Amino acid sequence: MDIWLQQLFNGLSLGSILLLVAIGLAFSFGLMNVINMAHGEMIMIGAYCAYLTENLVGSGGADIAFLLALPLAFAVAGAVGMALEVTLIRRLYGRPLDTLLATWGVSLVLQQLARSIFGAPNVQVTTPSWLQGGIAVTGAFTMPYIRLFIIGMVLVAILLVWLYLTRTAAGRRTRATMQNREIAAALGVRTPRVDMLTFGLGSGLAGLAGCALALIGPIGPSLGTYYIVDSFLVVILGGIGQVVGTAIAALAIGGANALLEFQLSASVAKVLVFALVIAFLQWRPAGIIARRAAR
Amino acid sequence: MNNDPRTNYWLRKRLGRRAIVKAGAALAVTPALASLAAACGGDDDEPSATPGSSGSSSGDTIKVGILHSLSGTMAVSEVAVRDADLMAIEEINAAGGVLGKKLEPKVEDGASDWPTFAEKAKKLIQSDKVAVTFGCWTSASRKAVLPVFESNKALLYYPVQYEGLESSPYIFYTGATTNQQIVPSVEYLLQEGKKNFFLVGSDYVFPRTANKIIKAQLGASGGNVIAEEYTPLGHTEYATLIAKIKSSNADVIYNTLNGDSNVAFFKQLRDAGIKASDLTTMSVSIAEEEAAAIGGDVMEGHLVAWNYFQTVKTPENEKFVPAYHAFTEKSGKKRPTSDPVEAAYISVHLWAMAVEKAGTTDVEKVKEAMANLQFAAPEGMVKVHPTNHHISKTVRIGRIRSDALIDEIWATPGPVEPDPYLETYPWGAEFAKEKKA
Repeated sequence: MDIWLQQLFNGLSLGSILLLVAIGLAFSFGLMNVINMAHGEMIMIGAYCAYLTENLVGSGGADIAFLLALPLAFAVAGAVGMALEVTLIRRLYGRPLDTLLATWGVSLVLQQLARSIFGAPNVQVTTPSWLQGGIAVTGAFTMPYIRLFIIGMVLVAILLVWLYLTRTAAGRRTRATMQNREIAAALGVRTPRVDMLTFGLGSGLAGLAGCALALIGPIGPSLGTYYIVDSFLVVILGGIGQVVGTAIAALAIGGANALLEFQLSASVAKVLVFALVIAFLQWRPAGIIARRAAR
Repeated sequence: MNNDPRTNYWLRKRLGRRAIVKAGAALAVTPALASLAAACGGDDDEPSATPGSSGSSSGDTIKVGILHSLSGTMAVSEVAVRDADLMAIEEINAAGGVLGKKLEPKVEDGASDWPTFAEKAKKLIQSDKVAVTFGCWTSASRKAVLPVFESNKALLYYPVQYEGLESSPYIFYTGATTNQQIVPSVEYLLQEGKKNFFLVGSDYVFPRTANKIIKAQLGASGGNVIAEEYTPLGHTEYATLIAKIKSSNADVIYNTLNGDSNVAFFKQLRDAGIKASDLTTMSVSIAEEEAAAIGGDVMEGHLVAWNYFQTVKTPENEKFVPAYHAFTEKSGKKRPTSDPVEAAYISVHLWAMAVEKAGTTDVEKVKEAMANLQFAAPEGMVKVHPTNHHISKTVRIGRIRSDALIDEIWATPGPVEPDPYLETYPWGAEFAKEKKA
């Protein structure tokens, strides 16, 4: 029993990380029909922000450095995302294949840039003392504080995104553009501005994910590549451009991974999850939640 | 770029003036593009140090090839090994070179991509005409270049511990084979009373072969394999695997994970509340540099098996460590020494000694001269095996310290003879068979 609780928790934890990464992809995919291959590098930028903050604050301040790193990672990754949108993606509008290639190139450039600036070896951050250890519920069921913190952070981030989309004027304009760009533009929405802000928001969330991942995994130039495929899987399964669908898909994939891996092995679990997603898409090609807007 | 008057005449005749202006502009842009691509870690040819000279021992220098990943995922490890090669070459040159000639390194980037390794090996052998090549890290890259070296009858020195079961006539292996690292470390664990092994590895050739050997060895010596788990290369989510470990009754984790996965595994192991004092882990791919990159606080107390640590106490190592620190500091970043770094350093010196002994860089003569050659290495005395192209090495078990250096806690009394096909072990019959294949 304990072990199943543990695996449910692990699945929730994995799912929440996937969700934070995938939400930005879902935006750019749904809003602009852009397949952003450089999205993974926003994770990497976020992780290096955590590293930089710790170095700037000094080794004694690891406890507060991480808290400072979170907004910094969001801001830096968001700024890079916006710059990418303005300089490149906007110019390739309506050419999905070209965007795919161009953003893949950007992804390689960013990786090599990180390698030149920070060196090829991984770097590390010190886990803040208030995140070390965990709650031992029973013998075999432990909830590490780091994982709890990440789940909490994702919940807050998603809540804020939801409030932004549904309760603010800017969010309303974003949804309008997502549903029908031409009509929104005709009604006076500055769609280029919406594109830029939304892209920045998605990138910023990926940066936030990177900051969290810095505590549980490697920080290296190729960090983003480890998450990008799973995130695309989440976006496609969830239904393109659907926040709720993306959330359900992230938790489903996280949970399926954790449960299957426990029964079988990591490699087999990965294959099975892919197979399940493909089978599901045969049944519902538009994903868990289909887009209702007129095309 | 293209200033040959004949070409210009031809161009003028065929294309007219306007086209030439355009072509000229394009040509002027090309070098800029090429250097940009190189800066971005593209896999085009690195410019050679001195174009124009040819022949491996013509003139005053002997060209030697260095083939490592200087970009891509493997760059982390391989740059350190390249530095060891270059440092050994510098030492040899400072002492008067080989056969009275200076060694001239030709460095190529394998870019963590196996076909690129094969291509660059071909370039080094055929167009640079190097006398020898030092290179490769992953078994996949070695397997990719092996046919190139064999068909060209050229020499490769390979400096990394690997899964054994190989003995190419054109490769010398200066890292450990399985009976100089894995087999003794399993013996050590059994001696310590650890019986139930949990095998964790990345899903590729080295961990799978290593675990096959460990299973055969445990089967013959009364140990148990509780579980054998593989994760894809680059896997970073280990909570599930750790839950499996916790619910098993394993008393040791034998770890053959590689690269970034180790970072995630050990961080998450600590987060799950498992310390080195609770559960022993034995790793074979984590040396000083990797331990530092994961973090000394995370790795403290965990065990590793190698032939060399920076802290090894020999007179040779007392000179080697500061020399390597100074050498790497010059190129920007001071690196710790490690087992593969030391093995690479050995490989260059062994080759130079063999050339001096043979009196020529001729490959077949050098191969003959290599047999039974001895070298006082930082790890202690090593000796080249007369037939199998491996070297005898001392085996060491170490415990990682909080500063990410490694303390030796056990060592074999002397160097262990290499046995890549495990022919001397009664349980190794199934592996010895592969020799004929």
